[in-house]
Amino acid sequence: MEALEKQLAEMKTQLDGINKKIPSNKISMIVFSGDLDRALASFVIATGSVAMGLDVVMFFTFWGTPILRDKNKSVGGKDLMSSMFGVMLPKGVDQVKLSKMNMGGMGTSMMKSLMKKKNVASLDQMIQMAGELGVKIYVCEMSMDLMGFKREEMIQYPDLTYCGVAKFLEEAMDSRIQLFI
Amino acid sequence: MNETIKADKVMDLKGLPCPMPVVKVSKGIKEVAVGQVIEAISTDPGALTDFPAWAKTSGNQILKTEQSGKEIHFFIKRLS
Repeated sequence: MEALEKQLAEMKTQLDGINKKIPSNKISMIVFSGDLDRALASFVIATGSVAMGLDVVMFFTFWGTPILRDKNKSVGGKDLMSSMFGVMLPKGVDQVKLSKMNMGGMGTSMMKSLMKKKNVASLDQMIQMAGELGVKIYVCEMSMDLMGFKREEMIQYPDLTYCGVAKFLEEAMDSRIQLFI
Repeated sequence: MNETIKADKVMDLKGLPCPMPVVKVSKGIKEVAVGQVIEAISTDPGALTDFPAWAKTSGNQILKTEQSGKEIHFFIKRLS
């Protein structure tokens, strides 16, 4: 009897160990690119993933970070380099450009009007929808610091956290799908 | 097989491109009880492959798919 109990306890420990190794129904994405097309694709996948019953985590880093700036917010007290980055990088979704066929902004404008005509949601609408659907956003603290962005200039988003690579990896390890975009 | 299926809820998804049809239908199905049926009308040709994929993954059942012109009518039963 005692031997049986011991065996059962052992099996339970083993099972717990196995369960820990099974990823959740989750998708983790790194949004590295600051291109409009890639950002759109990221949010189409994100919102579609929610529909498919997945939890969604998006980790914005490097060129992806300025997508989440709020065009209506300005912050002062930046040093020269930070100010320069601030001016040169897109300030929010409206300034994000296509990776191809931008043609000095003409291509991006054409794509946007085409999207409107074809009823495709804009990046702005996509982000809002993602928020409503419970898509979790992480923003890379190191990118924020490097580019001199302050938290006060980022968009209002329901579930937005600043973090480092470890948090992303923790989420990625617990995900069935990991994408780098 | 030409029986008519009575839908408990109708969702008009006409004119909506990817990913909206599945996003909306995944929300809409939660608004009916388990066992009830929704009729989703889409004009997105991609929905023909997307809806079965969504149903399989989310554990719901597509009872019938009807095409009339550009409209695709999906009758989906909520199973879980």
